[in-house]
Amino acid sequence: MLLEIKDLHANIEGKEILRGINLTVNPGEIHAIMGPNGSGKSTLAAILAGRKEYEITQGEILFEGKDLLDLEPEERAGEGLFLAFQYPIEIPGVNTQIFLRAAVNAVRKYRGQEDLDAMQFLKLVKEKTKIVELSDQLLKRSVNEGFSGGEKKRAEIFQMAMLDPKLSILDETDSGLDIDALKIVANGVNALKSPEKSTVVITHYQRLLDYIVPDFVHVLYQGRIIQSGGKELALELERAGYDPIKAQFAEAV
Amino acid sequence: MSPTTQHATERYLAEFQTFERDHPASMWLAGVRRRAIERFASLGFPTVRDEEWKYTDVTPVANLAVTPIFRANLNGDAARISGNLPFGDIAGHRLTFVNGHYSPELSHLETLPAGVTVSSLAAAFENQNEVVQEHFGKILDAENESFAALNTAFAQDGAFVQIPSNLQLETPLHLLFLTHGEGAPVSHPRNLVLAGDNSSVTLIETYASTGEGVYFTNAITEVIAGKNARVEHIKNQMESPKAFHIATLQIAASRDSWVRSHTVNFGGRIVRNNATAVMGDEGGEVTLNGLVVGKDAQHIDNHTTMDHAMPHCLSHEHYAHVLDDQSNGVFNGKIFVRLDAQKTDAKQSNRTLLLSRDAQINAKPQLEIFADDVKCTHGATIGQLDEDALFYLRARGIPEIAARNILIRAFANEVLDGIPVEDLRQKLEAMLLTRLS
Ligand SMILES: Nc1ncnc2c1ncn2[C@@H]1O[C@H](COP(=O)(O)OP(=O)(O)OP(=O)(O)O)[C@@H](O)[C@H]1O
Ligand SMILES: [Mg+2]
Repeated sequence: MLLEIKDLHANIEGKEILRGINLTVNPGEIHAIMGPNGSGKSTLAAILAGRKEYEITQGEILFEGKDLLDLEPEERAGEGLFLAFQYPIEIPGVNTQIFLRAAVNAVRKYRGQEDLDAMQFLKLVKEKTKIVELSDQLLKRSVNEGFSGGEKKRAEIFQMAMLDPKLSILDETDSGLDIDALKIVANGVNALKSPEKSTVVITHYQRLLDYIVPDFVHVLYQGRIIQSGGKELALELERAGYDPIKAQFAEAV
Repeated sequence: MSPTTQHATERYLAEFQTFERDHPASMWLAGVRRRAIERFASLGFPTVRDEEWKYTDVTPVANLAVTPIFRANLNGDAARISGNLPFGDIAGHRLTFVNGHYSPELSHLETLPAGVTVSSLAAAFENQNEVVQEHFGKILDAENESFAALNTAFAQDGAFVQIPSNLQLETPLHLLFLTHGEGAPVSHPRNLVLAGDNSSVTLIETYASTGEGVYFTNAITEVIAGKNARVEHIKNQMESPKAFHIATLQIAASRDSWVRSHTVNFGGRIVRNNATAVMGDEGGEVTLNGLVVGKDAQHIDNHTTMDHAMPHCLSHEHYAHVLDDQSNGVFNGKIFVRLDAQKTDAKQSNRTLLLSRDAQINAKPQLEIFADDVKCTHGATIGQLDEDALFYLRARGIPEIAARNILIRAFANEVLDGIPVEDLRQKLEAMLLTRLS
């Protein structure tokens, strides 16, 4: 098991956002999490990545058997967890390339690997920018500053490729992308696929799942996973919307 | 006059008597000093009731029982000191002053182009240099400013730099002011820089000490930029953590001249920098940038004035404060646009990064505009480190301290990036992070 979330409850400002999440991700699997706006998808992703403002009131998260909640965000990255943010932040004054080199060498250090020197780093950049067709001109700018929406999303996947994670969580990486950009992002994710690596894609749209084909689809609603299934569940949702499942859920509770 | 510092004022007056007796000067200089001490006697030290000193209480500065030192004395420590000079290895000429007095053994002058004067002011006084007599104190208001009056009364040494017209001095000129020795030394360094028409020069001032003690530096630098001259100025204020540093930078910008100054403050217990640029003819362009890095209980005050006296001048100003612990920053940015100064374009910004709950800033832009066809903008921000940015960096594997350093550096680099001497800039950037770790 790569990731195991058991009965996770989380609050913010006294409001319960996650109300008992259970989710297991094995190596090599692709999971899709769908669900209406405000249901807690980004909250779950943020808690996994290590944001501290949420209060975990119950449950646990294991990453390769280790207690993830015990680890700092940077340690989680070192362990091999990566979150592609729904809204990547702009950081003025911090050069993208310098930032990335610091990041790559930090995770390498955590993993007991040697630092990459400037030459090796540039070689890696060249190789990985190709995967998402990102112009290396963007790397000369400050982190995400002035990037278009699509460029920000592609830059996230590029960072993912650079950091070589075991588990990638993509939070609506497809939102706001035109069809060409969507294909590029999906191809990037698929190019990095391997039997040891897993991906959790959070999305509202079936169209991404045509390119990144999930093994499992989960519906998150009001802080709980109310239904799980195979890739056909996404098609079902696309056709009928969330109402039938919501209704079923309302009956059950 | 303040009763709490009246005694201090009297002490300086008494000391002046001794100084005057033991250090006879030319008639001209003796007259200048005497007028200055008279002004000081009637002004006394400023108090917090004085609008210009509202946030900076100089009582501890005034009341410090200083030891006057009238010559450079290394007490046999020259070898040790010369191996550890602050920024001692940046390329270029260096004049070193110890307790305000020129120290040839710690200085390093390469061959200078013909016509360039780089000397101690003491030597220029001694030779009754007419250029010095013509310009000394002329662009300064020692009439109404206590510390300027005090400096002028005790004016003895500092740097005298004269760049002839049409000469581009490529190598930077470093003026290094070191405080050394026991007791509480006081020094009144005085610099006069004349950049001729169409000339260019890069000037670095560094204020530092060989120890960690209490002392008082009261410095003045006058820069007169001739027509179409280009002057780069960098001041590194690296005084001891217990020191008092009060300084005035006075700039006169002639027609079409270009002057840019960076002031970097790392040191000092109580610090006050007055930086004033008067754009006295058309086409001048002046930049005053500053970085303040405060920690512990440091109090660092920057008062700047951009005086647009004539049309078509540009001014740019950016001050960044990084304040940690209980440190205090004060920023006052005056922009005067006189009646005649149409088509002025003045920009000012000051930004503060508070790294602790107890750190504090008092920042105030002060625009006084009498012309009607002008562009003046100012902006101020105060904030903490951006938590979202910090999280983003950490989520990419960068440990917290390194992530904080990246963000602090990005903030400070808005000022440091403009420093034109690359090896100095790099050292300052490294020092910034060491200071805050
Ligand atoms: N920092 C916060 N402070 C207060 N409320 C929050 C905070 N973060 C999330 N919430 C609330 O938690 C709920 C879940 O938000 P979350 O962003 O996780 O939803 P989501 O499923 O990702 O939605 P979307 O599909 O719109 O991205 C929402 O009601 C949101 O307003
Ligand atoms: Mg979301």
